[in-house]
Amino acid sequence: MKLYLSSSPHQRVKRDTSQVMRLVIYAMLPAMILQIVLFGWGLVFQAGIAVLTAVLTEGGILLLRQKRVERSLADFSAVLTALLLAVSLPPTLPWWMTVIGTFSAIAIAKQLYGGLGFNMFNPAMIGYVVLLISFPVAMTMWLPPVAMMADPLTFSDTARLIFTGYTSAGFDITQIRSVSDGVTMATPLDAVKTGLAEGRTYSEALTQDIFTGAFASSAGAGWAWLSLAYLAGGLGLLALRVINWHIPVAMIASVALVSGLLHISDMDYYASPLFHLVNGSVLIGAFFIATDPVSASTTNRGRLIFGAAIGFWIVIIRTFGGYPDAVAFAVIIMNMAVPLIDYYTRPRTYGHGRKKSQAQKR
Amino acid sequence: MSQYQDLAFEGMWKNNPALVQLLGLCPLLAVTATVINGLGLGLATTAVLIGSNITVSLVRNIVRSEIRIPVFVMIIAAFVTIIQLLMNAFTYELYLALGIFIPLIVTNCAIIGRAEAFASKNSVLPAAFDGLMMGAGFTAVLMLLGGMREVLGSGTLLAGADRLFGPVATNWPIQIFSAEQPFLLAILPPGAFIGMGLLIAAKNMLDNRAATKQATATEKVTRIRVTAES
Repeated sequence: MKLYLSSSPHQRVKRDTSQVMRLVIYAMLPAMILQIVLFGWGLVFQAGIAVLTAVLTEGGILLLRQKRVERSLADFSAVLTALLLAVSLPPTLPWWMTVIGTFSAIAIAKQLYGGLGFNMFNPAMIGYVVLLISFPVAMTMWLPPVAMMADPLTFSDTARLIFTGYTSAGFDITQIRSVSDGVTMATPLDAVKTGLAEGRTYSEALTQDIFTGAFASSAGAGWAWLSLAYLAGGLGLLALRVINWHIPVAMIASVALVSGLLHISDMDYYASPLFHLVNGSVLIGAFFIATDPVSASTTNRGRLIFGAAIGFWIVIIRTFGGYPDAVAFAVIIMNMAVPLIDYYTRPRTYGHGRKKSQAQKR
Repeated sequence: MSQYQDLAFEGMWKNNPALVQLLGLCPLLAVTATVINGLGLGLATTAVLIGSNITVSLVRNIVRSEIRIPVFVMIIAAFVTIIQLLMNAFTYELYLALGIFIPLIVTNCAIIGRAEAFASKNSVLPAAFDGLMMGAGFTAVLMLLGGMREVLGSGTLLAGADRLFGPVATNWPIQIFSAEQPFLLAILPPGAFIGMGLLIAAKNMLDNRAATKQATATEKVTRIRVTAES
């Protein structure tokens, strides 16, 4: 047996940043393809616009900051941010809104704080929140799944809608949304929220069209399958050890627990845990967004707290707040708390006693 | 004369109440949704600053230092009331638009700060000029921020100019682009904070650039001296 002597570091780096980022992107691909199949061609354009804007913005700012442009662009972090933003946007959002959102994400949330590794907030979520606050109407204009539309948009019509605001027949987004038997389609989260606001019970709200054809009565058609695709991708990332289990598990458990308690307290008013988990962006948030290695907590105990708190805020904001979905807000709130969490969950240094109070007093 | 140049430079740039001292941020962030609102509040604040600086300077030898703060506050409050009544009389719409932020000028720390730091130690003329320049610096930032937010948020510039300047200004507003869906973030409070941060960053960048330029200039001088000695 041969014994080697080598200087530190002894642990070989298995993957560099660019490999990690690319693995996350690959894990998103199945869900992205599913989104194109279920919701039409919009995502192709959104992803294209977002990636182009992100790369141009990042490159431009790196030039201004006199950093090495090729090296930073080659780490794929800007592409990943752009894709995460693109999948959260309504597929037919006007192109200039996507540009504004991506620019805010890269320029303000990432580069102004010092670039990759220094950003306090998750860039994609900042871009999303900038758009949601600025254009609340456009940001909630989701087309119903292709299968539910009498006349799904063609590839060229989708392009026209995104770039000019009208299809070739001269319809704008509001008209297309109401084409299917005159009833406007909303996302499942929207449908239940407005249903409850109109005084209906939770189970009555679930009888709307949008919930037919899904695998469970409280799962919105299309959206739930999309969430499952992200779950699959996320489990893949876990298996490859790209992400740790702490944040996703804590976040999903916390969403289930908080919404479960509310649901038990009043079944007519509060949605079931399953509804909260498979609708909206909880699962993509748990595996792809909250696990961002830069803006999330860095200790294992801290990650559990971080994930659980995000889950708590998601249910609270969804149920009692003004916006239908809350993953972005929850992630940003907890990003702010990360320094505090990390401070209180510092691991014990090996060899130093467990009697913390004495050690601190000295 | 150089004292006045110094005062002007201090107020407008080096010690700008909004960008450097970060005083009066509450009205600064709250009313700068348009240029005209910013200009209106800036002018009102400037008027109060000049008036209070002159008065404080006049009474500086009579008022005992133990009670100077209450006296300053009362002087400032009197001027704010005067301005408020004047605006109520002559620019009623702007008065309505600015609302609570006119009486709140009293609480603008920039004013009592100048009364305490400058007017109570200097004679009337410099004190008045200092008030004018500090007010001008504050107004300039208000207008700049207001302009940024107005253009980004609603695509207009100088909207509502007739509220301040009367019917002459009806044609002043410029429509830069027509926004079907306004960029709400710029108009809402977060936009004010982000815009303010960008302005401060821009000022620091200019200062740093000037400093490096000066540093390289002095460096050259020393080098010459070294060569001369050897």
